[in-house]
Amino acid sequence: MSNTFTLDGKEIPFQDGQTVIQAALDAGVYIPHLCHHPDFPPHGSCKLCTVKINGRQTASCTMKAQAGMVVESNIDELNDERRALTQMLFVEGNHFCPSCEKSGNCQLQATAYQLHMLTPHFDHFYPNRPVDASHPDYLLDTNRCILCSLCVRASRDVDGKNVFALGGRGIKTHLLVNAKSHRLGDTDFSGEDKAANVCPVGVILKKRQGFAVPIGQRTFDIKPASEYVDSRMPTKEV
Amino acid sequence: MSASTKPKLKVATTSLAGCFGCHMSFLDIDERLFELVEHIEFDRSPLTDIKHVGPCDIGLIEGGLCNAENVHVLREFRRQCKVLIAVGACAINGGLPAQRNPIPLPMILEEVYHTSPGLHNGLIPNDPELPLPLNQVHPIHEVVKVDYFMPGCPPSGDTIWKVLTDLLAGKEPVLPHELLHYD
Repeated sequence: MSNTFTLDGKEIPFQDGQTVIQAALDAGVYIPHLCHHPDFPPHGSCKLCTVKINGRQTASCTMKAQAGMVVESNIDELNDERRALTQMLFVEGNHFCPSCEKSGNCQLQATAYQLHMLTPHFDHFYPNRPVDASHPDYLLDTNRCILCSLCVRASRDVDGKNVFALGGRGIKTHLLVNAKSHRLGDTDFSGEDKAANVCPVGVILKKRQGFAVPIGQRTFDIKPASEYVDSRMPTKEV
Repeated sequence: MSASTKPKLKVATTSLAGCFGCHMSFLDIDERLFELVEHIEFDRSPLTDIKHVGPCDIGLIEGGLCNAENVHVLREFRRQCKVLIAVGACAINGGLPAQRNPIPLPMILEEVYHTSPGLHNGLIPNDPELPLPLNQVHPIHEVVKVDYFMPGCPPSGDTIWKVLTDLLAGKEPVLPHELLHYD
């Protein structure tokens, strides 16, 4: 049997060892995702990329592609659940888009548009989370953190600095900065780091360049996330 | 849409904890207002200055809930309107006023009326005429059932036009990508 599976009826080729989402994105087919990043091993935490494989739900970022799989993704059942997950992310943090520098370039916001989220639906938590402006060039606003762990993975696996970690459990899970003072300014974090350029939302922000691109010309003003296929690709160009 | 002999739909609008930006955006439908008033008439609204909402087909709510009066007005709208629509970020997620939510209310009043410069011997207002502030600002769906949502800060005139014309045509409102924004 050749190395292909079907995704919503479309034949998708894959190479041995590829996950379902890797093969889908390579073939130009969008599956909603937040914690998946093509440069990193899977984390499997956001669950937005959940698909149905041979009738059972599984995360497409952790499932290895196998020949003959029947994968369903763009169906109401899954999109309804993805929308509910996205709504929960919105109410758990403080995601006030009009005041966020990442607005228009934010993968959480773009994914919510993609899933046609019109309301957060659930009751808001309005948590009290810190903003850390101690670093001379970067701002850390944890109100917007969705715990995707991309900065943790980038800092540990690519930069070799271990600047970030996730601490706590369950609803108390939060982003930690690896310094005695817990301040970003007291670490060796720098703008050259991979970790400075992977945040999908507006937590790790470069100072003094906010709102540089006018509304109407930002990444996801131009076209929806699904048309970029991998919604992280445009951030490399920006 | 052409003028018809159908009775006009009654529409009421209000701004709760909002900035009237969504109402300004409503006016941004510009000359389409003439077409709209062939199909609707306004009940309570800042445009009519009617003080209490009567039985209506559509209620448009701008702003979230920051005080007790907001809650009373919202409940009155819900009682009187067949279809209730949350218009803009503040009605949907609390918006800018909700940025006070992580800070305890007494600390905010203290800062505004006692600590910050400008008000010498300032007093925290306590006239019984004034509605009491809520401890936190809430979006309207946390208090009443909301039928439709128009995100945006503000939603554009085109977004408001699309939702209203869909409803007037008896359709479920659908916002395409270019009309769906949270900012």
